Amino acid sequence: MNMIKLSWKYLIAKPLSTGLNILLLGLGLAIITVLILIQDQFENKMTKDAEGIDLVVGAKGSPLQLILSSVYHIDFPTGNIDLKDAMALSKNRLVKNIIPLGLGDNYQGYRIVGTNHDYLTLYSATFSQGNAWEKPFEVVLGHEVAEKIGLKTGDTFIGSHGIGSSSHEHDAHPYDITGVLEPMGNVLDKLILTSIESVWYTHDEEHNHATHEAPIAKKGFPITDQDREVTSLLIQYRNPIAAVQLPRFINSKSALQAASPSFEISRLFELLGIGVKLIQGLAIVIIIIAGLGIFIALFNSLKERKYDLAVMRTLGASSWQLFLHIVLEGVILTILGAVVGIAIGHLFLVILVMQNDQGAISSLSAAVFLKEELWILGYAVIVGILASLIPAWNAYQTDIAKQLTKA
Amino acid sequence: MILRAKNIEFYYDSNQKFQIPDISLDAGDQMLVIGKSGSGKTTILNIIAGLLKPKSGTVTIDGTDIYSLKGSQLDKFRGKNIGIIFQKPHILAPLTVEENLQLANFFVKENTQMIEPLLKELGIFDKKKARINTLSEGEAQRVSIARALVNKPKLILADEPTASLDEENAAAVVRLLQTQAKKYNAALIIVTHDQRVKDHIPNQIIIGGQL
Repeated sequence: MNMIKLSWKYLIAKPLSTGLNILLLGLGLAIITVLILIQDQFENKMTKDAEGIDLVVGAKGSPLQLILSSVYHIDFPTGNIDLKDAMALSKNRLVKNIIPLGLGDNYQGYRIVGTNHDYLTLYSATFSQGNAWEKPFEVVLGHEVAEKIGLKTGDTFIGSHGIGSSSHEHDAHPYDITGVLEPMGNVLDKLILTSIESVWYTHDEEHNHATHEAPIAKKGFPITDQDREVTSLLIQYRNPIAAVQLPRFINSKSALQAASPSFEISRLFELLGIGVKLIQGLAIVIIIIAGLGIFIALFNSLKERKYDLAVMRTLGASSWQLFLHIVLEGVILTILGAVVGIAIGHLFLVILVMQNDQGAISSLSAAVFLKEELWILGYAVIVGILASLIPAWNAYQTDIAKQLTKA
Repeated sequence: MILRAKNIEFYYDSNQKFQIPDISLDAGDQMLVIGKSGSGKTTILNIIAGLLKPKSGTVTIDGTDIYSLKGSQLDKFRGKNIGIIFQKPHILAPLTVEENLQLANFFVKENTQMIEPLLKELGIFDKKKARINTLSEGEAQRVSIARALVNKPKLILADEPTASLDEENAAAVVRLLQTQAKKYNAALIIVTHDQRVKDHIPNQIIIGGQL
């Protein structure tokens, strides 16, 4: 027998009340767990995906939309820009490297991104099968895409027009898969990569077999004498001065807009922050209610238990041991509540990810445990101590003689 | 001398003082304290048990003036040296019979190895994993006796141990207390207003006039 076992025995003697208190606290802590997990992973992913991209240039519109569509591939693009404007920009001395993107098609909801080989280099992509595209209509699949749609090197498929929900199919030109990427843990996993030329030729009305067999541009822009467009440009600065001058220079040109990923993302988190704060507040209210519940349960049980406590004193228990006995009950309850809460939080995330196999949520993982979750355990212990302090003090002050004679 | 209570004075209201005679008992002695309800016999028991500090006077158990002990020292001393049996068994309901006895051992930080022999002797060994609500009144009372004895006390105090028992069980409980006290050479005080107990122990003091 020891103090923990003694408190535990008293807890399991009332399974319903104990269980409900654990569950209530668990729910409050589960919300906090989910928030911590999502926030951490989103921030991690978002910084990772935007790494190496100093500036995004696209058509005028919402800068946040431009970033979301061109860096994270979750929103719709703002429109297209003229290839001539884009190429003019690449000659600017402040630009170190420029990667063009052509968006607009998808296959089963996975976006087809026209770009050059620099895009692969940007994320240090490695292949698990095959090689990068060399000719028009050759594509490389991200790891998740290959896995989900079950295609491999050598297979072909027909892309659909539009992003996300498709309107009509581009049945004139099937895509040949020349490679599949290793799991990267970033935005590439969900993309189908190809050349800018592929995206252009898919949308052309007439078919020019000579150009369809010509090699594509692996770096920079494709060479063409036609009026062509791209969706957006990912830019790396040559030097720090570019951060000051380049966005201003681009935004002053009427057709283009420049947006900085780091700035827009911190703005996004600021906007989301209000919602997160609200949910956090709700969770804290639930935790306070759970704490009150534990307090009430302990306080009420104390009335029936005064006699038990007096008997313990006659058996040699000191006042402090009775105090500890009650505090331990509160703390055991809340530790269990924390464990249940963390478990529910992770389970909730598993279900959430299972139900959203595409889009931003699907990239989350429930199998991640963070240092912050230990804090949850710490908070739970504090709630347990606070809730049991008054009942424990009452137990401490039990007047044995009075209690024993009363019966 | 195991117990000596000298010049004890106690009152809740100074106009109504309890008359408390001096008591002294040697190891193995037995005594009955008889009195009507409200005569203060439970008060005497509480004072001897170190549960209620008297207004004046000393209680010495095995050479220790118990009211000179501080806080938890007194609790530990009580747990180790005094076994108390109440009118109702007051077994801790969330614990099994065996765990109730283990708890008594735990609070004085000793393992007296008495749990099994006591349970066997009192005929409740097969109930050792049982909970209080599955025991009969008589069995429960025997558990409370076992719990009072498990730390090998030098003094056993019983407060109306027979009050809620029938004729047969009452006699059995008194006999049990007597034999156990003898066996472990402990002094025994039974406080009662139960006429049935009177004939068992000749050494008696009467509180608050004749019954």
